[in-house]
Amino acid sequence: MRITQGTFSFLPDLTDEQIAKQVAYALGKSWALNVEFTDDPHPRNTYWEMWELPMFDLKDPAAIMYEVNACRKAYPSHYIKVNAFDNSRGWETIRLSFIVNRPKHEPGFSLVRREAEGRNIRYTVHSYATDKPEGERYSADGTGSAVKR
Amino acid sequence: MAGTGKGTITGVKERYKAGVIPYKQMGYWEPDYVPKDTDVIALFRITPQEGVDPEEAAAAVAGESSTATWTVVWTDRLTACELYRAKAYRVDPVPGTPGQYFASIAYDLDLFEEGSIANMTASIIGNVFGFKAIKALRLEDMRMPVAYLKTFQGPPTGIVVERERLDKYGRPLLGATIKPKLGLSGKNYGRVVYEALKGGLDFTKDDENINSQSFMHWRDRFLFAMEGVGRASAATGEVKGHYLNVTAATMEDMYERAEFANELGSVIVMIDLVIGYTAIQSMSKWARKNNMILHLHRAGHGTYTRQKNHGISFRVISKWMRMAGVDHIHSGTVVGKLEGDPLMIKGYYDTLREPRTPVSLQHGLFFEQDWASLRKVMPVASGGIHAGQMHQLLHYLGEDVVLQFGGGTIGHPQGIHAGAMANRVALEAMILARNEGRDYLNEGPQILEAAAKWCSPLRAALEVWKDITFEYQSTDTADFVPTPTPA
Repeated sequence: MRITQGTFSFLPDLTDEQIAKQVAYALGKSWALNVEFTDDPHPRNTYWEMWELPMFDLKDPAAIMYEVNACRKAYPSHYIKVNAFDNSRGWETIRLSFIVNRPKHEPGFSLVRREAEGRNIRYTVHSYATDKPEGERYSADGTGSAVKR
Repeated sequence: MAGTGKGTITGVKERYKAGVIPYKQMGYWEPDYVPKDTDVIALFRITPQEGVDPEEAAAAVAGESSTATWTVVWTDRLTACELYRAKAYRVDPVPGTPGQYFASIAYDLDLFEEGSIANMTASIIGNVFGFKAIKALRLEDMRMPVAYLKTFQGPPTGIVVERERLDKYGRPLLGATIKPKLGLSGKNYGRVVYEALKGGLDFTKDDENINSQSFMHWRDRFLFAMEGVGRASAATGEVKGHYLNVTAATMEDMYERAEFANELGSVIVMIDLVIGYTAIQSMSKWARKNNMILHLHRAGHGTYTRQKNHGISFRVISKWMRMAGVDHIHSGTVVGKLEGDPLMIKGYYDTLREPRTPVSLQHGLFFEQDWASLRKVMPVASGGIHAGQMHQLLHYLGEDVVLQFGGGTIGHPQGIHAGAMANRVALEAMILARNEGRDYLNEGPQILEAAAKWCSPLRAALEVWKDITFEYQSTDTADFVPTPTPA
C-alpha cells in the first residue's frame, strides 16, 4: 500500500527540484520549515521525531534541502516529511506538510474490530510495522514490493 | 402618515399623549446618532409602500424591532426608554434600484441576552418582515460588537483545530455526498462511503434529508458507514470521516444519535439548518464537549436568502452561524449548479474565515467586522462541481474549504473509487502548480491534462464532464460596482 498522508501523496514522489519549489513557496510566506521522521506512520501518530528544531532563521531553500538530505541519509527507510509553520495570529499552526521519503515497502495497517454489545464495533487501526520494536521496522534495503506508481 | 418629515417630539407631555404618532417622532429616527462601539447595527433594504416616507419606514422598522408598538404607551416612562429604542440613523437610496432604500439601525447591547441567537433574531427579524407599511424588507448585513461576540462560543472546532485533528494541511479538503439521496440500505450505503474514502476523499456526507426512514434506520446507517470509514482509514493511513446526519424530531433524539456517532469513533456529525437556531447552539455545545466537528447543511435557506428584495442575506446567516458555532457550512461554489454570484460568495467566505473583515460594498459587506478571535468556519462548496473545474474552484474559494463532489465522484464512469482518485489527483496537481508560482487559473486545463497523462481516472473524468457548466444569471448580486483605482 501507499500511505497517502500529506499534501502531495497522490502525485508521483516529488523530485528534489519540486520539493525545493514547495520550500521556496513556504519561505515566501514567511513560514518556518522543519523536517520530521518516523517508523510509525499511524494516522494518529501526531508526534513524529523532529530532525532538529524548526529552521526559523533559514531563508534559503538550498539550506532546507541540505537538512532534508541529511535526514534521508540518517533514516533512509523511514517516513520523512517537511512541515511549514505559520506563526501569524489566528493560524499558529502547520500550513503545508508533505512526505519526502518513504520506505520501499509499506506494510500498511489492519483494522482491528472489537465486537461490543448489540452490533456495535470498536475500531482500532493497527500498524503492521509497529509489531517490531522502534528502529527495526523497515530494512534499509527495502524488502517487499516496490512503491506502486 | 400624518406628520412625516418632522423629527422626534421632545416635549414630554406631547410625546406621551395617548394616541398614534409617527415612529419618526417617537424617537426611532435619529439622523445625528453616532453608533457606539458596543451597538449592534443592522442594515436593512427597505421597499416602502407607495407614499410612505423612507425615513418613516426605517423608523418603523427600528421601532418594531425594539420597543415600539403601534400606539403611544405611558409605561415607556417607567423605563430608560431612550436607551432601549433602536435608532434608525441613516437612509440611502439603493444605487440603480428606484423605490428601495438601505436603512442603518443601531441597537443598544442591553437589548440582547448574552449568547443567544434566538433572542437576537427574535428582535431583528421577529415582527418587522410582515409590517404593512413596507412592501418588502431584507436584512443585508449586521455589525456585531466585540463585547457581544465574546458571549458566544463560536465554532466548536474551527479550521485550525480541524486540520490538526485530521492531519491535513495545505489543500482544500475533499468530500462527496452519498447518492442516491434516498433509498439505499445501510449496507449499500456503507459501500459508497468505503469506496469514496479509500479512493482519496477525506469525507463523505449524508444528505440533508437522510435521517431514519423505512429503507435505512439511523443505527444501521451509522454502523455501516463507520465500517467504511475504518476500512478506508486502514487502507490509506489517513484520518477519514463521514458526516453522520443527526437531524431528528427532538433534541433528545439528536443527542442520542450524536452520542452513538461518538461511541463509534466518528470525528464529525452533521445537522440541518432547519433544526433551528437554538438546536444548533445546543449541538454546538455538545460538539465542543465531545471533540466533534460539527457540519451544517444549509437546508431551507434558499427560501429566504435568494431574492434580493425580501428576506435575509446569506452573509447574515453566515455571521449568525459563526456565532452559534458550526465548523462547516455550505456557502456556494460559484461554478456549480446552485445560485452563487462570485462577489457575493467571496463576502460569505470572508465572513466565515477571516479574523476581521473591512467594509467592502461590492462583496455586500457594509460594516467592518472584528471577529474577536471567534474560530474560523470551514465553508463547503457542493452542488454540480467536478474535477475539470479544479483551477477555478481553487481561485474563487481558496484553500480552506471542503470541495464536495457528489455526482462528480459517484458518477465516474470507472466507479466511485476512480472518481475519488480523479478529484484528489486533480487537486494535488493544482496545489503543486499554484505553489510553484504558475498561473494556475489560466493554465488550469493544461495542468489537469498533464496529470491525466499518468492518471487514467482523471483522464476519464475530464472527458465525461468536459462540457458541463452552469451558466445562469445570479439572482442575488452586488448593488455596488467596484470602481477601478489607478495603479
